[in-house]
Amino acid sequence: MALIACQDAAFGYEGKAAVSALCFEVRPGDCLCVVGENGSGKSTLIKGLLRLLPPLEGTLVMGEGLKPTEIGYLPQQTAVQKDFPSSAFEVVLSGRLAARGIRPFYSRADKAIVRRVFRSLGIETLQNRCYRELSGGQQQRVLVARALAASGRLLLLDEPTAGLDPTATQELYRLLTEQNTASGVAVIMVSHDVRNAVRHASHILHLHTRQTFFGTTDEYVSSPVGRAFVDSLAPQPSEGSHA
Amino acid sequence: MLETLAEMFSYTFLVRAVVVGLLVALCAALLGVSLVLKRYSMIGDGLSHVAFGALAVATVLHAAPLAIAMPVVLLAAFLLLRISENSKIKGDAAIALISTSALAIGVIAISVTTGMNTDVYNYLFGSILAMSGTDVVLSIVLASVVLALFVLCYNKIYAVTFDETFARATGVRTGLWNMLIAALTAVTIVLGMRMMGALLISSLIIFPALTSMRLCKRFKTVTLCSAAVSVICFCVGVLVSYLAATPTGASVVAANIVAFALFWTLGVLKGRFGKSHRVDKGDG
Repeated sequence: MALIACQDAAFGYEGKAAVSALCFEVRPGDCLCVVGENGSGKSTLIKGLLRLLPPLEGTLVMGEGLKPTEIGYLPQQTAVQKDFPSSAFEVVLSGRLAARGIRPFYSRADKAIVRRVFRSLGIETLQNRCYRELSGGQQQRVLVARALAASGRLLLLDEPTAGLDPTATQELYRLLTEQNTASGVAVIMVSHDVRNAVRHASHILHLHTRQTFFGTTDEYVSSPVGRAFVDSLAPQPSEGSHA
Repeated sequence: MLETLAEMFSYTFLVRAVVVGLLVALCAALLGVSLVLKRYSMIGDGLSHVAFGALAVATVLHAAPLAIAMPVVLLAAFLLLRISENSKIKGDAAIALISTSALAIGVIAISVTTGMNTDVYNYLFGSILAMSGTDVVLSIVLASVVLALFVLCYNKIYAVTFDETFARATGVRTGLWNMLIAALTAVTIVLGMRMMGALLISSLIIFPALTSMRLCKRFKTVTLCSAAVSVICFCVGVLVSYLAATPTGASVVAANIVAFALFWTLGVLKGRFGKSHRVDKGDG
């Protein structure tokens, strides 16, 4: 049974579809990478998956008892956050908000979950640090921790490696792969970084205002859509001269 | 010292002013933390100008100032929030447009009828004599609401301030929270501006938050520290204004400037000499 399944779904604004013909599903343990150029409907799809936009047509079904608010979401960082006075612990604890409902305070169990997430990501040392004093890579790991604190079953990551240097990028992928394979957390990741996506994802969803490909990564690499996209967007460093 | 205080509080108007002022300073500081962090500081400034326009028109119409100003400023708060969120005119430009328009309307309304008089001067720079019994009641209600909000909904306010997108995804109605904070800010401004002055009231919102951020590194400590700084600065300002016969609003702002400079210096010193132990004590 799939955690999330789209059946001929379309999402958009004011009745106009920005992305349509969506037919895909995500099962526990999958790592789905959503690729496509700017304006291809990736952000709209994210809003749809988070139930911030209702499907214009078709259906979006959540299975295995996954609640709509039980998605560990990692939005793109905003300027506001970069110098926000807060301890990393407070940031991750805010991931438990949905589980709180109308009860106003976090329980001891919530704090225990947060500490466990810090441990499982190997970033306990960041726990009491001030968020704005962390490096970009560290901040991103804290936000991954917040997403995990919100849901141990499905992560939805929006350009998680944007603005990170190559080392931090690799570190983040390593962390995500580890969570994905060891703990079976399903991952949906929107990325510009096709080369790494192909290396780490189990499935690929290619958008171009409509779904043009959905399947396993191996199928994608050998498909005409995939070959054309990987070649055009991610030239090998040696071919950089004609980029 | 005690004699001075006893003498101060023998004036009923001063007691009223201090009660309203303290409560307004407290509310402004708490709301200010969220507003400043969300880059909405200018909304406070814009609202105070709108409040001036509304009060001026109320004076001309011989209407009760609060009855006119309160709904107008609330409306402006919703409008400004809407504009900052999604509009073709960018937020800062829109706020400048609205605040100067309100000022212009207020000034014209007054000059056409009564001419620039002490009323106008008091609205612009504040007057300690302006507080009535109604203001005392209103400010107690306002402070209770704001305090209850920050105690009971601290975690939601944190989430909405730190990351609106994430909060919305986890089912928090962020639009509603923004509206609530804007509305409470509007009430705070209308209550406080006749004492602090339309041109000075936004300092109560912006200064304490910025001051405490020089030193504090966690949201909880920033919030608590802003409230404390704001209340202390208000007391110092009023005392100085009483002793030195300086304008109240300006004296309170001056106290805030001193506090800011102090915290900023301490922050710089801490940054320079405290690098070795960067880990904050305690946890959430």
